[in-house]
Amino acid sequence: MNKKIGKQSMLFPSGAYLRGRGTVVGKKEGEGPLADCFDLILQDDMYGEKSWEKAESKMLKEAMMRAVQRAGLSKEDIDVMLSGDLLNQLMSSSFMARDLHIPFLGLYGACSTMTESLVLGCMLIDGGFAQNILAGASSHFCTAERQFRMPVEHGNQRPPSAQWTATAAGSVVVGCRPSPGIPAIRATAATIGKVIDPGISDANQMGAAMAPAAVDTLLNHLEDTGRAIDYYDLVVTGDLGFIGKDIMTDLLIDAGLPAARVLERYDDCGTMLFSKEQDVHGGGSGCGQSTGGRADVGSGCGCSAAVFAGSLMRKLETGKMKRLLLISTGAMLSTISPFQGESIPGIAHAVALEVE
Amino acid sequence: MNGWTDYLWTFLIGGGFCLLGQILLDTTKLTAPRILVIFVVSGVVLQAVGLYEPLVKLAGSGATVPLPGFGYALAKGAMDGAAKGFLEAITGPIKATAAGVAVAITFGYLVSLIFTPKSPKGN
Amino acid sequence: MADSKEKQEKKQKKEISKAYEKYASQFTPKPDYFGNGLKAFLIGGLICTAAFWFQNRLTAGGLSEKDAGTFVTISLVALAQLLTGLGLFDSIAKFAGAGVIVPITGFANSMVAPAIEYKKEGPVLGVGAKLFSVAGPVLVCGISSAVLVGLIYWFLGK
Repeated sequence: MNKKIGKQSMLFPSGAYLRGRGTVVGKKEGEGPLADCFDLILQDDMYGEKSWEKAESKMLKEAMMRAVQRAGLSKEDIDVMLSGDLLNQLMSSSFMARDLHIPFLGLYGACSTMTESLVLGCMLIDGGFAQNILAGASSHFCTAERQFRMPVEHGNQRPPSAQWTATAAGSVVVGCRPSPGIPAIRATAATIGKVIDPGISDANQMGAAMAPAAVDTLLNHLEDTGRAIDYYDLVVTGDLGFIGKDIMTDLLIDAGLPAARVLERYDDCGTMLFSKEQDVHGGGSGCGQSTGGRADVGSGCGCSAAVFAGSLMRKLETGKMKRLLLISTGAMLSTISPFQGESIPGIAHAVALEVE
Repeated sequence: MNGWTDYLWTFLIGGGFCLLGQILLDTTKLTAPRILVIFVVSGVVLQAVGLYEPLVKLAGSGATVPLPGFGYALAKGAMDGAAKGFLEAITGPIKATAAGVAVAITFGYLVSLIFTPKSPKGN
Repeated sequence: MADSKEKQEKKQKKEISKAYEKYASQFTPKPDYFGNGLKAFLIGGLICTAAFWFQNRLTAGGLSEKDAGTFVTISLVALAQLLTGLGLFDSIAKFAGAGVIVPITGFANSMVAPAIEYKKEGPVLGVGAKLFSVAGPVLVCGISSAVLVGLIYWFLGK
């Protein structure tokens, strides 16, 4: 059977079901509007560990274990674990896998890693190569900031367009059968995105750098599957933020999608994670205005992973939503590429999830 | 030189340098480290062509405390040394700023070893 | 011929990305130029004035002007580094911006800030090396340009 449809999409006709989910987030994320969706909120972003990298690794491990637990499975039932993070050589994921002893594939898709792992996981299940897989991703503000940007204690003002790398880990179990007791959530289709570089070189403009990739993936997904945007109750991107979301909305309407539908059904995980009030209470006056009166924008692998596994998947489970298209977005820059004068390429992968 | 006009000039020139730095931060893509370098090197160049010394005479700390003042001290050390001889021209810059740099390194090392970084305070 | 075609493509790409950047910027909120500038001006001015006052106290106490200036510099550096260690400097900088980055305090902060994060990587290759990740370029560019100035002056003065 040919499972490929259109140019860059695929169907999962044999069945790939989401069976369990687990999320661990940091303190600031736990003070946001989605607080009650997460399994574990850390009071200390060090998580009792000696370094931030160790803490991120432990968060990812905990998220994985909670997903397995919720699926009513044990570690031994998992055939493959797919995960990634933002650190060089996938430190958080690899060291998490060292502890779990589950066959492991490390992935790098920058902040799009959650859907990258999910798409590949669904392919393994649908192809019959595995019975149950774990897909996850993590990020940590302090590890990412230290690797990509500025030291945390460095005196610096963040421009209004800057995003906030989420301290969060999320993971899901995908299996060939649904878990008993919860509604069957099925991954029905996926679209693998192309790397698209609109030429933005300002690292504080990630949303603008990634938006064209997300637009391309969504348009191709709709064309390949023959679905309209209102097929989905919600189309959600990973971490475009307010600026990227506005650009994406504008570009989609420009491409001929009905404006009312786009405004009604499209949202972004990064804009859901924090609230405006948090920014104002965040400490230090004058910060409220620095983000232009908007809430902070979450980014990083963990952002879409935790928002999806924490909030969106719960909405599917409780029947508040029937069909969801998750498009995690990634900015494929490295620590040295900006110094070599390179612009920031973007990528986005989409997975369609439906309640049966 | 202790009159209130001295304090006024210190405030105006010192604040002016910072304002210039803020404009660079907000309107260009320059990051803080690059701005530090630009300020120090421009202090060196301005002193070399004789423009910074009058500013120091006028504004005192207002011209020496901002980073161009560090460049000024380096260049002044070099120029004073050059009057004495070849080797002094080379050792001058470091000699002139030795105290500040030595404290920055030693005390900075100590502080970095003693304290642990805090998690960001959330904004 | 092929070379010029490549060049043309590159140029076209650059134009497209410039147009996109302009397009994206209309969605981007602008920083509060006036507020940020005012804060930087006031705080920076205050730091310099306080330094001047301190220097005058020291000279009144019998120190030479040169020594007093050195003491002021040392004190500002130590204070900024201590505040960085206590985790307060970044909050202050968030408010004051260039007001604390442009004075010597910014240089002092730029040494401790990266170093303090690399404690787990050890005192030699971690803290020891990272102390200079930002300050290094400043010292290298500053000192080498000053030495060049010294050599030019020496040559001209001969």
